[in-house]
Amino acid sequence: MARSGTRGIGPAIARLGFWLLVAGLLVILLFPFYYAVVTSFKSGSGIFEVDYLPSELSVANYTSIFAEQPFARNILNSLGVSLAVVGISLFLGLTAALALGRFRFKGRRWMLLAVLGVSMFPQVAVLSGMFELIRVLGLFNSPGGLILSYLIFTLPFTVWVLTSFIRDLPVEVEEAAIMDGAGPWTLLTRIFLPMMWPAMVTTGLLAFIVAWNEFLFALTFTLSNDQRTVPVAIALITGGSEFEVPWGRIMAASVIVTVPLIALVLVFQRRIVSGLTAGAVKG
Amino acid sequence: MSEATPSSHQARRVRTAWLFLSPMLIGLAVVAVWPLARTVYYAFTDASLTAPGDYAFIGAENFAVQDGGYWYGLLADPLWWTSVWNTLVFAAGSVAIEVVLGVILALVMNAAFPGRALFRAAVLIPWAIPTVVSAKMWAWMLHDQFGVVNHTLMTLGLIAEPVAWLANPDLTLLSVILVDAWKTTPFVALLVLASLQMLPKDCYEAARVDGVHPIKVFFGVTLPLIRPALTVAVIFRLLDALRVFDVVYIMTGNAESTMTMSVYARQQLVDFQDVGYGSAASTLLFMVIAFLTALYLTAVKADVVREGR
Repeated sequence: MARSGTRGIGPAIARLGFWLLVAGLLVILLFPFYYAVVTSFKSGSGIFEVDYLPSELSVANYTSIFAEQPFARNILNSLGVSLAVVGISLFLGLTAALALGRFRFKGRRWMLLAVLGVSMFPQVAVLSGMFELIRVLGLFNSPGGLILSYLIFTLPFTVWVLTSFIRDLPVEVEEAAIMDGAGPWTLLTRIFLPMMWPAMVTTGLLAFIVAWNEFLFALTFTLSNDQRTVPVAIALITGGSEFEVPWGRIMAASVIVTVPLIALVLVFQRRIVSGLTAGAVKG
Repeated sequence: MSEATPSSHQARRVRTAWLFLSPMLIGLAVVAVWPLARTVYYAFTDASLTAPGDYAFIGAENFAVQDGGYWYGLLADPLWWTSVWNTLVFAAGSVAIEVVLGVILALVMNAAFPGRALFRAAVLIPWAIPTVVSAKMWAWMLHDQFGVVNHTLMTLGLIAEPVAWLANPDLTLLSVILVDAWKTTPFVALLVLASLQMLPKDCYEAARVDGVHPIKVFFGVTLPLIRPALTVAVIFRLLDALRVFDVVYIMTGNAESTMTMSVYARQQLVDFQDVGYGSAASTLLFMVIAFLTALYLTAVKADVVREGR
């Protein structure tokens, strides 16, 4: 875009405009989280002063969220639920992907479209049915209920991304393995699994993020403080009165749950981008 | 490559395929099909959360019923129609902003400049932040007394007195739309970027040699070429925006000025414990989205069939 070598005032203005645009976009993208971090390190009435630069470095908000509520427990709940969702989704997704991607049978395309259709379900459309199911299974107010219900989000894209990945793997390896008398299970675990790590990392990460961030089901299917996941815990942080919202603590809690997520996303940037675009473009 | 007869070999492969497919299918049936069917069923009952087992079949009364010359039920509830309207405004507004900003972001990400890798990473950050967190962050920034947004606008002299972004009913929906757009624009940008990267370089070279103005190139060459990707992004985001819950509920609760269909349905279901009525609202929302999804799937099906073997 920056066409160096062209002479005149026009290109210079264009280049200046481009850099101003980049700077403006960066401020919009990054300032909100930066401001949350700045706020989280303030204490007392300092929080009501608007400061664009860090003015204080108090950890009072950080210590109080762990002291005044089971926030550590909430983090463990979120972690446990998310990891279980990732594990179950990958297992169900892999077996289904082998069938959908490497076998030819009637109704295969129809099946893929049905799976895609599920990803369009509005959450509230299954809320009352899911509530009943969770209660009948005795999973109300427990991580089990959340793990079960989150599969509705993670299964569709896991199946889609893994299917399109496994379909593009070379045919030769499979043929050789079948010649050697390998059954489908061996085929999946010994031949395909080692080649599928990139797609599994991508879908696993996306499933983790979806489960980690989920709010409505967690709000509805848990009741007690120590069973809640992090998003609900943050949403329900309240002060002494209605007019006394503890913004400092809310921002501290927000920073704690977001920093690992941002780190994860930046480290696996390429994988996540490819997963997002593949999930959308191909399905 | 089969030693046995081809047909029995094929039959065995089909059986294996279904065997491997069944865990996922059972999973989807349990977490999606069954709960949906129960919700639709409940929509025709007077079930309540207080006595879950004790309900009667009441036909379409949750949707509309005439009693003493007056209509009652969902379709006669002005609040339902307010929430339908809010949802449509929310969806149209946030998607429109996301598309414009998403394309701009994608063009910048696609340009060659020092620091591009860092810029691309920065674009992912709003996407990576949980919705609950971004809603809370923005609620704090938009705080009428202590918020940084009002402070900045007043310092710059753009407003004379603090604006109640999240309390003034005329502004709440706009605020929520902007916050949603902030969080989801990166997704649109990534989809557009993916398609920008696949564009042929030669027509740009030709346009550059001919001295065509970049803006003309964008509207004449780039935009038509990225239209398919843009369409997919718009449909995805529309379907997502029509069922929006988190950002609205966290920023403005059950306030009427921002109530969407999902917020309405949840309030009936959980707060008012009216499972029958809430299910009726959920069912209507599902039907709207199912209709749009069906349209989308027929469009995509052509692709799948072309691509599939």
